[in-house]
Amino acid sequence: MTGLTLTRQRRRMPPVRPEYERAVATTGPIGDVARPLSLWERIGNVTALRRFAVLAAVALLWQVAATWQNNPLMFPTFAATVTALWEGIWRESLLSMAWVSLSVLLKGYAIAVVLAVLLTSFAVSTRIGNDVLSTLTSMFNPLPAIALLPIAMLWFGLGAVSLTFVLVHAVLWPLALNTHAGFTSVSETLRMAGRNYGLTGIRYVVTMLIPAAFPAILTGLKVGWAFAWRTLIAAELVFGVSSGKGGLGWFIFQNRNELYIDKVFAGLVTVILIGLVVENVVFRWIEIHTVRKWGMVR
Amino acid sequence: MNAFTYPDSVDTAGMDVANVSERPLLDVSGVTLQYKTRRHLVTATYRVDFQVFEAERYVLLGPSGCGKSSLLKAVGGFLQPVEGAIRLNGWAVSGPGPDRMMVFQEFDQLPPWKTVKQNVMFPLLASGKATRREAEEKALDCIARVNLSKFADVHPHMLSGGMKQRVAIARAMAMEPDILLMDEPFAALDALTRRKMQEELLQLWDDLRFTVLFVTHSIEEALVVGSRILVLSPHPGQVKAELNCGGYDHHAVGSPDFQDAARRIHAMLFADEVETVKGLRS
Repeated sequence: MTGLTLTRQRRRMPPVRPEYERAVATTGPIGDVARPLSLWERIGNVTALRRFAVLAAVALLWQVAATWQNNPLMFPTFAATVTALWEGIWRESLLSMAWVSLSVLLKGYAIAVVLAVLLTSFAVSTRIGNDVLSTLTSMFNPLPAIALLPIAMLWFGLGAVSLTFVLVHAVLWPLALNTHAGFTSVSETLRMAGRNYGLTGIRYVVTMLIPAAFPAILTGLKVGWAFAWRTLIAAELVFGVSSGKGGLGWFIFQNRNELYIDKVFAGLVTVILIGLVVENVVFRWIEIHTVRKWGMVR
Repeated sequence: MNAFTYPDSVDTAGMDVANVSERPLLDVSGVTLQYKTRRHLVTATYRVDFQVFEAERYVLLGPSGCGKSSLLKAVGGFLQPVEGAIRLNGWAVSGPGPDRMMVFQEFDQLPPWKTVKQNVMFPLLASGKATRREAEEKALDCIARVNLSKFADVHPHMLSGGMKQRVAIARAMAMEPDILLMDEPFAALDALTRRKMQEELLQLWDDLRFTVLFVTHSIEEALVVGSRILVLSPHPGQVKAELNCGGYDHHAVGSPDFQDAARRIHAMLFADEVETVKGLRS
């Protein structure tokens, strides 16, 4: 027929097969093949337990390494640190010191959140606002908060005000950056739906944009929290007692001066514990009841 | 003749027919729409005129690039015409508002942080049209009309595409808007679901007799859903024809009448190509 070698062979025809129809069986017996998970599989599914196992492994590693080093002055064991922590809580009011730090932290954090919301609302509603936010975040976000502390102390004196100022600086920019990124990624359809309802101005931001951008905002809140903690402890460490009463950083600083290294470790552990609780309890709770429930995050 | 053969309206002649106002509900006159991209100023439509009367199912039909969606967005108030005017009940449209509820093509039009019921209640509360109790009552009624009562307390991410579109329709319906704007609402659905949704929309219309402005690029959908069709030509969109449509249902799709109507519209939309085909034949 043609010169092509590929079509040289005879034209192939598929076989003609008979048609059929079937009555479909009820799926009752098929639907019952679910197998209950074994105890181990169920234990393995509990996130808290898995995380706890990781913590236990780290503690064990620490204990072994410190025992092997055998230098309690430089590197106290896990057990010694726990003892120091226990004593710190009961004898040296470690908890109230932690509270001093926390209360300053929360105040700065809250102010920064409010400012970030105002700034980003301004940024999404006007073009100049957008320019202001972009320029300010690129200017101030890379600037370490601790570098501002000397100036803050000149302006506001030795006290909680200076600390709050640097905390606001530490939280505001990363949070504003994330929130703004979240706002700009809200789908056009959802925006139009919101405006279709007749929502404008602050009501539009609060009822449409903020929930729609919540995954990004939550990330910003977490990053901001971590930055705030670091800044606060660093500030207390470097400048000693900067508020009226000493905080956690002051506790660490003082004990280092007196070479109570196990107490220094106890202070660090307290910082870590608070961080763990906030991340795994507070933020996790918020996440489960918002973005996970809404199917925005898996 | 395929006059009104909807499931429930067999006795259309016997029903008490309320005459609607002689004045057009929506008056679009000489509307030119333009939008800017980074490099170009694109003219989406050029001096388009049409009028929609109450209880009409008015379809904007055309190929992609004819500015039909832009026209709908202009009626919705999201786009300002550079020339001409859009009037609803005699008032110039100046911005988005809850008197013109939109149903979009995209499934992400429902706020994911609200349950189905809250989603339907949201515009009622946001526009201050109803108290919380009234809104809830109305929402449940509308959700029942689109057969989603079982899913009233579920978040949108648990629903299928068709169900999400039903929620969007219920949400718009609950507002009792002057005109319902539908921007290719079934285009992203599979063929079977689309057909079912078209039937349900017609059923709803039969019950409530709302006014709907419907955008589509499917000739078949236009003939099934519409009572009057505006055919637009592309680049930029201009009015090519305005046709009456005798209300075909899905059973009529295969009929010669329907095929004729479809062929006629097809010829209008793709006039050039048809002419070349004719040239070959002769």
